[in-house]
Amino acid sequence: MTNDEQHLDGNAAGGVLSQIFAFELTMAEVICANCDAVGPIGAALIYATAMGTILRCPGCGEALIRVAHGPQRYWVDFSGTRLVQLRVTE
Amino acid sequence: MAKGFFSRGFLGRRREPQAEGRLPPGQYLTKDFPVLSAGPTPYTPKDRWDFTVVGAVETPQRWTWDEFQKLPREPITADIHCVTKWSKFDTTWSGFSLDTLLAAAKPQAHYLLAFCDGGYITNLPLADVTNHKAWIVDTYDGAPLPLEHGGPVRLLVPHLYFWKSAKWVRGLRITEDDQPGFWESLGYHNYGDPWKEQRYQGD
Repeated sequence: MTNDEQHLDGNAAGGVLSQIFAFELTMAEVICANCDAVGPIGAALIYATAMGTILRCPGCGEALIRVAHGPQRYWVDFSGTRLVQLRVTE
Repeated sequence: MAKGFFSRGFLGRRREPQAEGRLPPGQYLTKDFPVLSAGPTPYTPKDRWDFTVVGAVETPQRWTWDEFQKLPREPITADIHCVTKWSKFDTTWSGFSLDTLLAAAKPQAHYLLAFCDGGYITNLPLADVTNHKAWIVDTYDGAPLPLEHGGPVRLLVPHLYFWKSAKWVRGLRITEDDQPGFWESLGYHNYGDPWKEQRYQGD
């Protein structure tokens, strides 16, 4: 880690992150980290269980996104997603 | 107020008398056997099935289905406790003690990852699966273990929450480090003792 002055603290990302997370995420396209298949989140295979919700790649079956919910907490794991693409009208 | 206005649902779940001392905190007793699957139900034909013990072991082991069936078998009766709060008493199983499997492999480390068809993994300390505390079971309630409950074989570790009793298990990887499994890496407790109500990280 360098000690330069070129970075800001994480709060400065609030603007761009709020623009991104305002999107309807089921319309977002994701690239599977396992098989590189590309598709909208809405096309993922959903396994909704009492322990958590698993969104699986329709191509290879690996978990793209995992969500669990505990008391006053959510856990969200995107490690099965290599990239999220959001289409915008400029 | 009209008699019968309140449905049984408003009465809450009453503790059955036989539950005293056997029901961990926060659990309710059920006679059903709920199914929880975080993915499609996998199926491996028995002629392609094997079970392995690998990783940090002196002698890696592999059994075919027929070889596995020749291992010493024992009956197990146990209470089971799911983190989603149901418990079931006196479940009956038949299978093979992990003591037998691990004695053949001679582990050289203190943790394991159980790995399964479908990609599920869960982690356990070796101390929690030895000395008659864990089994690989292929029979439930006198019949072959149904696919939806993990057949042909599942892990059975009844003293921990039931997500540790991995369905469709195909082997054990002995590890130097305690590596979190599928649910353990998604906010659930690393160990999962129902008597300490270790449901989530930090419990």
